Amino acid sequence: MAKKKRANPEINSSSMADIAFLLLIFFLVTTTIANDRGILMQLPPKPDDIEDIDVKIKEHNLFKVYVNSADRLLVEGEPLKDIELIRDMVKEHVLNNGVNPEMSDSPKDAIVSFKTDRGTSYEMYIGVLNELQGAYYEMYGERVGKTATEWRTLTNELDDPENKKLYDKGRGKDKDGKVTFPMNISIAEPSKIGGN
Amino acid sequence: MHKFKKKTKSDPSIPTSALPDIIFMLLFFFMVTTVLRETTINVEQHIPKATELRKLQRKSLVSYLYVGKPTLKMQKQFGKEPRIQANDVYIAVEEIVGWVLQEKDNLDEVERDQITIALKVNDETKMGLISDIQLELREANARKLLYTTIQDMDRD
Repeated sequence: MAKKKRANPEINSSSMADIAFLLLIFFLVTTTIANDRGILMQLPPKPDDIEDIDVKIKEHNLFKVYVNSADRLLVEGEPLKDIELIRDMVKEHVLNNGVNPEMSDSPKDAIVSFKTDRGTSYEMYIGVLNELQGAYYEMYGERVGKTATEWRTLTNELDDPENKKLYDKGRGKDKDGKVTFPMNISIAEPSKIGGN
Repeated sequence: MHKFKKKTKSDPSIPTSALPDIIFMLLFFFMVTTVLRETTINVEQHIPKATELRKLQRKSLVSYLYVGKPTLKMQKQFGKEPRIQANDVYIAVEEIVGWVLQEKDNLDEVERDQITIALKVNDETKMGLISDIQLELREANARKLLYTTIQDMDRD
């Protein structure tokens, strides 16, 4: 009896790649990468929870930004075209420390007031808010010898004691736990001139 | 004059047996890193760009509100005025407080005050609506807010 020639026992797996490709493309198409990044903000408490004390804020401590319903800017009473200029103006105002009598007494007293109109677009609102927060992140970063980007990353990981230390230093936390360099961005209720 | 022995020709095909493994590796990477979207978004979403982005630490504490014009499919029924979408339905501004309480119920009791609302707002929306939403969120005591934005690649 002649011995049969043994066939190669390998399974043909060349189409395996095609099957995997098909699955891969399916997942690529159907899934979206979650986008959980953005501008973080803390809202003030309920209107009726705030005690009705007439807090006197000195006019020169306020840095006023107003955007009207046509998305035009008014900063400290002057019209402004380029929103990126706000950043340096905020920094100058906050870090004034009483030198210029028209600007803030100290970073603790400085308040940035941001007011919009009901007709202002959301895009403009985000653009301005981005500059205001960016100015503060830059100042915090400078206080601890980091860039604004590094500061933002370290605020995301406050569980790390090293980061927490830098965070408290940047915000000027004193012995009583009070923050001497707070991010005072006040968002006023919009005016009702334009829009709905 | 066969001084040089002709070389035996080797098999000219490239071994492709490792190819499926490579593709599978890619496949698993995508399967693990991506999250399937649970809700169908029925409002237009053209998210504005910004540079000073912060990341959220705890995803489980986040609830999403979508704001914008209804999508073309829904415009027949709901018109073109910007709407608020929570989960899978449009809700009115007054219903936000109830929705927040519902979302808070899904969280552990100790974490209820840390609830974060992520607002995904179309960039053409007017501030009037956003301000109304913020007032309701203050009323519901959900004060941590995230305006979802996209990293602006042209700047920064």
